Amino acid sequence: MAKWWERLSKSQLLVPLSALLLLVVFNLFRDIGFFSISLAINNDGNTVLQGNLISILDGASELAILAIGMTLVTASSRGQDISVGAVAAIAGSVFVRVLRGNEITMSVILGAFLAACVAAMICGLFNGALVSVFKIQPMIATLILFSAGRSIAYWINGGATPTVDSPLLNYIGKLIPGIPIPSPILIVIAFGVLVSLVLRFTNLGLYTQAVGINEKSAHLNGINAVGIKLVTFMIIGVCAALAGSIGVCKIGLINHEKILLDIEMDAILAVAIGGNALGGGKFSLKGSVIGAYVIQALTTTLYAIKVPSTQVKAYKAIVIILIVVLGSPVIKAYLARLRDSKLRPIINRLTRKPANAMENES
Amino acid sequence: MENDIVLSMRNISKSFPGVRALHQVDFFLKKGEIHALMGENGAGKSTLIKVLTGVYPKDTGEIHLEGHQKEVVIKSPQDAQQLGISTVYQEITLCPNLSVAENMFIGRGGDRVIQWRSLRNRTTDILEKLNIPARATQPLSSCSLAVQQMVAIARAVDMDCKVLILDEPTSSLDENEVDKLFSLMRDLKDQGVGIIFITHFLEQVYEVCDRITVLRNGELVGAYEIKELPRVQLISKMMGKELDEITGLEKQKALPDDDDGTIPVFEAHGLSSAAGTKAFDFKIRKGEVNGFTGLLGSGRSESVRAIFGADRVTGGRVKVNGHTVRIAKPRDAMRYGLGYLPEDRKQDGLIEELSVRDNIILALQVMKGFFRPFSKAEAEAFADKYIKLLGIKTASSDTPIKSLSGGNQQKAILARWLLTNPRYLILDEPTRGIDVGTKVEIQKLVLKLAEDGVSVTFISSEIEEMLRTCSRLIVMRDRNIVGELRGEEMTQAKIMHTIAGEAVQDG
Amino acid sequence: MTSKQENLSGASGKTIREPISNTNLLLAITIGTFFGMYALAMLVWGGGFLNPQQFLDIFNNNAFLIVISCGLTVVMITGGIDISVGGVTALVTMSCVVHLNSGNGSVLGSLIMALGIGLAFGLIQGLLVSYLEIQPFIVSLAGMFFARGMITIISNDPQTAGLESFLALKAFRIVIPGIGYYGKTGNFIPASIEPGVVVAILVVLAIFFMLGWTRFGRNLYAVGGNMQSAMMLGINVKRTKFFAYLLSGLLAGIGGFVYLLHTGAGDAANATAAEMQAIASSIIGGTLLTGGVGNVIGTLFGVLSLMTINNIVRASGLRDPWWQSITTGLMLCFFILLQSVILSVREKKTTIALPAWMMIRRRT
Repeated sequence: MAKWWERLSKSQLLVPLSALLLLVVFNLFRDIGFFSISLAINNDGNTVLQGNLISILDGASELAILAIGMTLVTASSRGQDISVGAVAAIAGSVFVRVLRGNEITMSVILGAFLAACVAAMICGLFNGALVSVFKIQPMIATLILFSAGRSIAYWINGGATPTVDSPLLNYIGKLIPGIPIPSPILIVIAFGVLVSLVLRFTNLGLYTQAVGINEKSAHLNGINAVGIKLVTFMIIGVCAALAGSIGVCKIGLINHEKILLDIEMDAILAVAIGGNALGGGKFSLKGSVIGAYVIQALTTTLYAIKVPSTQVKAYKAIVIILIVVLGSPVIKAYLARLRDSKLRPIINRLTRKPANAMENES
Repeated sequence: MENDIVLSMRNISKSFPGVRALHQVDFFLKKGEIHALMGENGAGKSTLIKVLTGVYPKDTGEIHLEGHQKEVVIKSPQDAQQLGISTVYQEITLCPNLSVAENMFIGRGGDRVIQWRSLRNRTTDILEKLNIPARATQPLSSCSLAVQQMVAIARAVDMDCKVLILDEPTSSLDENEVDKLFSLMRDLKDQGVGIIFITHFLEQVYEVCDRITVLRNGELVGAYEIKELPRVQLISKMMGKELDEITGLEKQKALPDDDDGTIPVFEAHGLSSAAGTKAFDFKIRKGEVNGFTGLLGSGRSESVRAIFGADRVTGGRVKVNGHTVRIAKPRDAMRYGLGYLPEDRKQDGLIEELSVRDNIILALQVMKGFFRPFSKAEAEAFADKYIKLLGIKTASSDTPIKSLSGGNQQKAILARWLLTNPRYLILDEPTRGIDVGTKVEIQKLVLKLAEDGVSVTFISSEIEEMLRTCSRLIVMRDRNIVGELRGEEMTQAKIMHTIAGEAVQDG
Repeated sequence: MTSKQENLSGASGKTIREPISNTNLLLAITIGTFFGMYALAMLVWGGGFLNPQQFLDIFNNNAFLIVISCGLTVVMITGGIDISVGGVTALVTMSCVVHLNSGNGSVLGSLIMALGIGLAFGLIQGLLVSYLEIQPFIVSLAGMFFARGMITIISNDPQTAGLESFLALKAFRIVIPGIGYYGKTGNFIPASIEPGVVVAILVVLAIFFMLGWTRFGRNLYAVGGNMQSAMMLGINVKRTKFFAYLLSGLLAGIGGFVYLLHTGAGDAANATAAEMQAIASSIIGGTLLTGGVGNVIGTLFGVLSLMTINNIVRASGLRDPWWQSITTGLMLCFFILLQSVILSVREKKTTIALPAWMMIRRRT
């Protein structure tokens, strides 16, 4: 069989890609119109691309960004940050607070975003310090901000749902006039490029994996394990700030209880669907990002078949279980055995190759 | 004759995808004997044991146990245990969070509701009977490693085991502890237990065993009475070739005295670390191979770790090439051209899931800097060069290092440090747990490095290896340097005496 | 013998004096903190804290939380996690209410339903985690999603149970003789507890006995302490883990019924974030997420501490609901740091049962 197939079947991208493929095929049969993309004029009179694909890409923006951070944290600290939603709420609140205190201009927005980043990085530093210095498991360490974060977000603005309004914010959250692609998609692309540049021009990837797989070896090879963990937690802080700010810009207000609710669960899920071990070590950011889009595509598909939004979770759960069951080591081993014992002879017979030829090939 | 055979394995074969691990191996164990199972890494020792204990299913073959008419079927470690086959591994397979008594009895059925008092009493009896210094109520985690190992053995004995497998039980024990373990083994032997003993220490085999079975490349070489098989022959049977190479190693010539005016490559005064080394002085010159020797726990590993800054340094001054420098962490040491191959390859050396390539370039990459990664081509070139140079057997440089054999893993770690072009290389037990062939290769490499002007500190549990490679030995006891031997003085007897603290005349 | 003993132990720095185990030390700290906190509250704020009914109300309001926390403790001892418990609790309340209001419902029927739902979740999650080796976090996350989604599929709107016999059971109070308080009019009102509290206490006692005195209970600790070792020791690790999740599911079912007995309503918003409170309670009670250490009595005091601190925050005038989650976070932070510091200090004294490389490093 072809080389690419062999490579793919061993690659960790197999699971997320086949999940995505399954969704695409399902929708092809269900309603080919699902994939239609059209140009339309929105309420503000701007041209915009419309269609389910666009809304999947748009809707998954925050998730994709957080999945990147979550992957790095998972890799370095062998655990997950469950406070990302809460930290995003804090960052979003700081963003709103700064915006509300000033005349909204582009530089103020930039300043507000930087302030949000600082706040989120402080949160990341707190989590990271607990994890790296005090050696607390990430899930427990981040449980603290998970519990308290959204309340801190409330306290920052001192009100339930402070609003901010400016066309500039719409540029970020919705659309820049003249460019028909929703801005969050562009932001994700830009962020993705940035992250891949960082991975390309630094050793972040190598160090993170080394620390996650064997911290002692990493230390003896001169890697500062505490530092690397702190860096990954600060990166996820930046991710949370970016996601929180986009979230605010999309709707022009912040609701500390609702913004990016349950997104930590989705982000962890994206990492897992991406074929990454939640126990840390080797990682694939591509996988996690694809995982994020799988989740969003699933949600959008469910909406398209008229599942009420409150019930989406139940169906999502079933699909999650199917995906992870297929990816489970036990099932994989079983399928491999099945393939070797049952399928080999069949393939051999079908291709009419002598058995030893097959053996040579494998 | 047939009657006193407690375990017979006939015609055992086992294959993994692409590898024939065992091919028609026979193995017989008599009642009341200590039977060494020997072979290089990859010879199939551990596969045979895993087949016997039900970890792997066998492809073909039969296993018979005394007292069972028919062939026995062993599908899991539990099955093996029930049949009276118990294993004690090098890594303790007990639960540290439970008490000694619980570790003795957990997983063995019995009442659904636990009778703590009777559990304690029974445990105390067993511990006393076997002379094991532990208390029933003590948490296992508070016992020393040797005691934990003995608890594991006691558990096996109390389960009425007929076959006791000891897989590298002495690797982490010091001499005293090994003696204690051996006397326990002899007691059990007298009680009629058949013991399978796997070890890399040849001396121990000749000290305690009755018979030897040798495997090579998954096949049986033969089973021998210990008296009939001298060491050299055993080694040649394990390696499958004659031993000219091993005996042909030429020791480094003793260097002239210290005071020849040259500046030492590395010099330490009053160095001590948080790992518990007492302040010590040390120096090594260009092109010198020296060694730290002493029993396990004597502080030899801690000393070299202190040199490399692996543990928190608590005091002392350090000079590299005559310049006073500060080495507080491994990164500093690396900056001054030091390299350190740690004692525990798996825990301190390997990054298991990463590729051979990443493992090889890691140290050099760290030295180059966080913001200056090697391109893929550069990394590939480095890795390929050393894979070829050291003869590392791997499918490709992309293969995860964990799938390599122990010896090849060790070579890769060695490659990692050679790549950094160190001026002073510390090798702590580089030959532990790897096959004889690779051991010789590594010793040769050390001598070659010294010739090229690299200073090397070489530590090995096998004193013969150190005698072969080192020109100076630093002897340690109880975390103190108690002597320094060079040239003529370097004999096994002299080392033993120095370690024991007897009749040390001059330093 | 003695000299030999010292010789052997000397090599590893073993302390001969038997120290208090980590489990017991963490437990003692939790219990001490709770009583200290409550005593302080009685002295400083007096009022409600002196009222025995307010103390008992902690139990009345949180009986379900005690029950599900017990399940979580069991799972955490094996080194796993089950975040579906809150969702299952809520699903049980909704299903039971629908059943009770269906016309031919009965209290017994709803109880069976509660146990059945709990067991079903435990069964499936247990199978997936232990036999298919899928990460417990993901499995129970899906469980939580499924449970929360199912609630709205059953009924989109909150419902209140109207069945007479159920209401009678719900209104039933067990009066504690001898203690009580004086109402506004000066009459003596005896303190009482709800039937759910009895269930919760029974659950705590049963799990306490199970963990300490049964083979299964000890196997749970062994599996959590070192899974590989446990397997080598002949414990059926998969089955042990499976039953841990089954038990957690069952307790979530019971917890749901207890919740219903307290509020009488099914609502998608029931038991929101209860899983996190349960995890927090277990941690405060000295259970380690890494497994092998934990105690259900500690968990009980974990719940009580968490709720008492909330009462204290309210009593001190910070009535906004968000203060409570902040104090919960602070309290968690305090206990987590405390445990981390205590364990690391203690580890330096006693040697940990780890391979040689660690013994060398830990010798301080």
